[in-house]
Amino acid sequence: MARSITYREAINEAIAQEMARDERVIVMGEDNVGGTGAPGEMDAWGGVLGVTKGLWGKFPDRVMDTPISESAFVGAAIGAATGGLRPVVELMFIDFLGVCFDQIFNQAAKFRYMFGGKAVTPVVVRTMWGAGLRAAAQHSQSLLPWVTHVPGLKVAAPSNPYDAKGLLIQAIRDDDPVIFAEHKMLYDVAGEVPEESYTIPFGEANVVREGGDVTIVAIGRMVNTALEAATELASSGVEAEVIDPRTTSPLDLDTIIESVENTGRLVVVDESNPRCSLASDIAGLIAQEAFGALRGPIQMVTGPHTPVPFADSLEDLFIPDAARITGAVKTAVDWKK
Amino acid sequence: MPDERIQRVSMPKWGLSMTTGKIIEWFVSEGDTLAKGDDVVEIDTDKIAGTLESPVSGLVRRLVAEVGDELPIGAVLAVVAPAEVPDADIDTVVEEAKAAAAAGELDVPDEPVPQLVEVDGRQISYLTMTPDEPSGDPVVLVHGFGGDKNSWLFVQQPLAEERTVHALDLPGHGASAKDVGDGTLTMLAETVVGFFDALGIERAHLVGHSLGGAVSAAVAKAAPGRVASLTLLAPAGYTPDADAEYLRGFAAASSRRELKPLLGRLFADPALVTRQLVDDLLRYKRLDGVDKALSVLLPTLLDGDRQAIDTPALLDGVDVPVTVVWGAADAVLPPPDGVGERVQAGHMLHMEAANDVVRVLRSSL
Repeated sequence: MARSITYREAINEAIAQEMARDERVIVMGEDNVGGTGAPGEMDAWGGVLGVTKGLWGKFPDRVMDTPISESAFVGAAIGAATGGLRPVVELMFIDFLGVCFDQIFNQAAKFRYMFGGKAVTPVVVRTMWGAGLRAAAQHSQSLLPWVTHVPGLKVAAPSNPYDAKGLLIQAIRDDDPVIFAEHKMLYDVAGEVPEESYTIPFGEANVVREGGDVTIVAIGRMVNTALEAATELASSGVEAEVIDPRTTSPLDLDTIIESVENTGRLVVVDESNPRCSLASDIAGLIAQEAFGALRGPIQMVTGPHTPVPFADSLEDLFIPDAARITGAVKTAVDWKK
Repeated sequence: MPDERIQRVSMPKWGLSMTTGKIIEWFVSEGDTLAKGDDVVEIDTDKIAGTLESPVSGLVRRLVAEVGDELPIGAVLAVVAPAEVPDADIDTVVEEAKAAAAAGELDVPDEPVPQLVEVDGRQISYLTMTPDEPSGDPVVLVHGFGGDKNSWLFVQQPLAEERTVHALDLPGHGASAKDVGDGTLTMLAETVVGFFDALGIERAHLVGHSLGGAVSAAVAKAAPGRVASLTLLAPAGYTPDADAEYLRGFAAASSRRELKPLLGRLFADPALVTRQLVDDLLRYKRLDGVDKALSVLLPTLLDGDRQAIDTPALLDGVDVPVTVVWGAADAVLPPPDGVGERVQAGHMLHMEAANDVVRVLRSSL
């Protein structure tokens, strides 16, 4: 039965249900337990934003704290995955990819390929992404393009609690390494989530809203911003179809193509920096695969090519908002009208 | 002192998840005279559109809601009153209604919530609606293959104006346990009888749709004293013909792209298949255990490309009134010539022609 829980609770529930179902599932990361035996441990359980709170109490032998050394503990999780466990490891911010990237892109992502399919690496790297938390340039980035670029990695970026639970269970059961990107501004968003376990297949986009005038593809938190824009557009007679790819790798290009064949216009919304972004990737793929269907120029709505600013006012300007999306839609729709 | 001559037509609640409805089309104008049961307005619930029948009779004085308005349950849509009630009084009622809707102070009845009961070791989910003073035997609604209790959204509430009405989720469906054992018709019928026992139902009118129709017939055969009447809506097993491709495709489909065109075959008007309807079914199909449940149940329905159930044989010797209703445009289980009544709909007649189905049920119960 479905009830309303938050994105944070949905993630916690997915891990708890999979740990109960499969004893090979373990949880590793900084402050998950909180330094057992140390003063203040009760407050620290559950990672920096409390997502894994309560898991240690349920599964004391399978939730462990790690030192602040991502290269060591992400590597250890990948090693444990090759050895038969199914680790869910928390990389506190996606911005810390740099210190453990070799383990992820040059080791985990390559094993299945280089060992001719004889090795599997069922590791999930949970990590927080996105701007908006006033956390400055080193804790606010949207580095999904980095991991989406690497064959051998799967990348999920849920935009709501229902998808968060289903995609995370799928990630844990998947035999390939998965980067599970949690948008930090969505943790308190609530939505209907079944109590039972379920999986959402990777590579299946969600058509969040149907419309015949323009296709808006948006990722993570931007799905909600795109819906806000779509509501405004509807009042001026423009019906937008909003597509949430849910996973950036594999990407459900077919659903986007089918939609663009119907609408003739595409706007891609992505919080990343604009160059070599998810927006430019999807725009390029559609320009190649569905050029004949296009009735106006593809529009990309992204952050600017700068670090994420620390000043509140500038950070707010950095993040794409509904007004920028409606502006982009109007450019596409009004083209040579 | 409220003027009792002034009556209100309000936004109905169709189904568990409906919170608002959107006005699609008015079938009446100000100045028209309404009779109870007349079509008043088409409302989109987000899942499926339905036609509201008038709960009152009288002169339509004011249409409060406009086409395109999205309004909460309980919001006043129209005001009905005799011509002698002054316009000023009607205006007051309309203003009050608009203020109440804006402030969120609406007269929404207490909602029943689904319950769980254990039957043969399985958790069975059900929803009960009951009037203040129920009369006669209760009604039990049994959905079809891949359906659930919420498919009765347009039917359960009107029937519950007079009787207690239970809608259950069969094993493998909705919020019930997903283990279906051997998945035979016998097992499904035993679950329904066990449900009667668990709820202390001595005897009930059974209303079954599609596979649920065959299940209901099997219950009447196995437990004759427990069934007051049978109403079978597009029941499985009347002829060997079936759209086997649909049934197998539905069981196997795991994506929106696969599922949506299949669901169109369920309705005479495929436009009724909304994004939300597809999404709800996908959400069900993704639950752990559903794949297996549907694949175990499929051979109960199908033997090769033909229907495996023989419902007339089940009904042989059953000594209760049996009413059979078909959607004339049913493409999934084509209606046999000369059997039962027809309504203008496809296989999902209780959704597509709900008001006609309710009328048949009111006369057959």
